[in-house]
Amino acid sequence: MSVLVYTESWEGNFRKSTYEAVSYASETAKLLGTDVIAIAFGNESDHELKTLGNYGANKVLAASGVEKGDSKTATHLFTTNTSDANIIIFANTYTSKMIAPRLAAKLKAGIASNVITVPSSTSPIQIKRKSFSSKALEDITINTEQAIIILAPNAFGLVESGNDCKIEKIKVNSNASVTINGQEVASGKISLAEAEIIVSAGRGLKGPENWKMIEELADLLGAATACSKPVSDIGWRPHGEHVGQTGKAVAPNLYIAVGISGAIQHLAGVNSSKIMVAINTDPEAPFFKAADYGIVGDAFEVVPKLIEEIKKLK
Amino acid sequence: MNIVVCISSVPDTTAKINFTDNGKEFDADGVQFVINPYDEFGLTKAMMLKEKNGGKVTIITVGDATVEPVMRKALAIGADEAIRINISAKDSYSTATKLANYLNDNPADLIITGKESSDYNGGAVGGMLAEMLDLPFINACNGLDISENTAKITREIDGGKENISANLPFVIGGQKGLVQESELRIPNMRGIMQARTKPLQVVESSNNENLTTSISFEKPEKKGACKLVDADNVAELVSLLHNEAKVI
Repeated sequence: MSVLVYTESWEGNFRKSTYEAVSYASETAKLLGTDVIAIAFGNESDHELKTLGNYGANKVLAASGVEKGDSKTATHLFTTNTSDANIIIFANTYTSKMIAPRLAAKLKAGIASNVITVPSSTSPIQIKRKSFSSKALEDITINTEQAIIILAPNAFGLVESGNDCKIEKIKVNSNASVTINGQEVASGKISLAEAEIIVSAGRGLKGPENWKMIEELADLLGAATACSKPVSDIGWRPHGEHVGQTGKAVAPNLYIAVGISGAIQHLAGVNSSKIMVAINTDPEAPFFKAADYGIVGDAFEVVPKLIEEIKKLK
Repeated sequence: MNIVVCISSVPDTTAKINFTDNGKEFDADGVQFVINPYDEFGLTKAMMLKEKNGGKVTIITVGDATVEPVMRKALAIGADEAIRINISAKDSYSTATKLANYLNDNPADLIITGKESSDYNGGAVGGMLAEMLDLPFINACNGLDISENTAKITREIDGGKENISANLPFVIGGQKGLVQESELRIPNMRGIMQARTKPLQVVESSNNENLTTSISFEKPEKKGACKLVDADNVAELVSLLHNEAKVI
C-alpha cells in the first residue's frame, strides 16, 4: 500500500503546485495509514528532491530518461512503479493532465480531476470536485482499487511536516513517440497558474498603451497580469493572459479586476479566487455581485492611487 | 487525410447551471446546448487542414439523440459526416472506451478532442483515448501544422510552450490558439441546408462500463455582499486587503 504523487519542476525547482500535491498526498496517506512516494523525472538536484520531504514525502523515486512532454514514457514510468499504489495524486498542470488520463486508461483506474477535498471516505474513495466551470461542486466516488486524483489549482494549500525522505534513483528507457524540440519560456513573468495575486484588466482600459499602470501594480504586488477575453481577441494583450471559461481558469488568493464588467464566462474562470476586487465605472457591472471588495470609479484615477497606497504599505 | 473530431454537446457558456432530483441530475430545462468551445477550435482547425491537404472531416459524439442538433451544427460548419454512438456515457472512461472501439475499427490519421469539456471539466477523454489506441497524445495543443505525414505542434505548458514534432496518427487535446477566436466559423444558410442531408450514422453500443460514479451536485455557497469603498478613499481598500482579507 502507498500513496504515489507526481511532481513537476520548472528550471530545476519544484512548482508550488507540486508541494501542494505532496501535502495533499500526505494527508490522504494518513487516512490510509500508509506512506507517500513521490515520483520525480525532471533531473532535479538531490537538494531539491529532499525538499519534498518537508511536505510529507517518505521516499522519492527520481527517474532519469523521461522528457517532460513525453507522456508515453512517463506513463510507463508510473505503470511500472504503481503496482502497490492505492491512490496516485497529480497537481494541476498542463503536463500532468496529459499523463494522468493515459495512466488511468492503462491501469483501468477511475480518475477524478479538479478535486478540492481529501477523501471523505476511503472505501470507496469519495471526494468533492469542481464541475461546470466552477459553477457547481460534485461529489463522486472512484470505484476501482486504484484511484487517480488531479487536484484543482490552489485548492488545498501547503502543509509542512518535515520528513527526511529517502531518495532512490532509477533509469527509464525512453519509448518516446514524439520529438520534443524545445521549450519557450513566456518572457520573465509569473505564471498565472502559480500566481498568488493576479491583476487583470478589460476593455475599460480603452487601449493597450494604458497597461503600464496595470503592470506597475502587478510588479509592486509580485502579481501576474491577466486580461478579459475581448482584450485578447482584439490583440491588446497576448492570448496566454486571457482568463475565463474558454481561456485559463485561475485560483489566486487575490484577483483584482480593473475595467472588467464580469460576464458569466469571465467569472467562471476566476470565481475560485479567494478574494476578488472589482474596479469599474459602472455601478451595475455584474462583477460587483461576485467581488468581495469594490470601488465604483475610473480606473485611470483609482489605479494610480492604489499604486501610491501600496507603496506606502510596503 | 482522414480527420476525426470528437465533439461534446455542452450547455451554452452563458447558461445558468441548476440541478434536479436532489442534485442528482443536471437540469437541462431551457438550456441552450452548443459545441464544446474547445472542440470548436479543433473542428475549425480540421476544416482548415482539409482545405489545405485534402481529405475528410468526420465528427463523432457519444450520446443519446438529444445531442444531434449540436452535431448538425458541426456539419453545417463544414464537417463531411457524423457518427453518433448511441449511449449515455457515465464517465470519461465510458466515453473514451466507446470512442476507442469505433476508432479501432475505423482508424483516423488525426484525432482531435478538446482539452476538456466545459460541463464536467474532466479533461480525461483525450488522454485515455490515446492510451487505448496506443497513439501519442498532445494536450493543451495551441498550434498544429501538418505537411505530408509529419506535424509541427505546440502545446501550452505552465510558464511557456513546448515545440514538438510527431508523425501521424496522434491524438490532440485542443484549445484556443489552435485557431484564433476570429477564425471560428458561423454556419451560413447553404451550410445549414447541406447539413440536413449529410450522413449522420447512429452506431449502437452496449456494455457501458464506468469507473467513477457521480453522487450529487451542489452549487457553491454564495459570497457575502461586496464591500464598496469610496473612490476617494483608496487607502481604505488597501487597509482592508492588508488587515481584513490578509492577502497583501
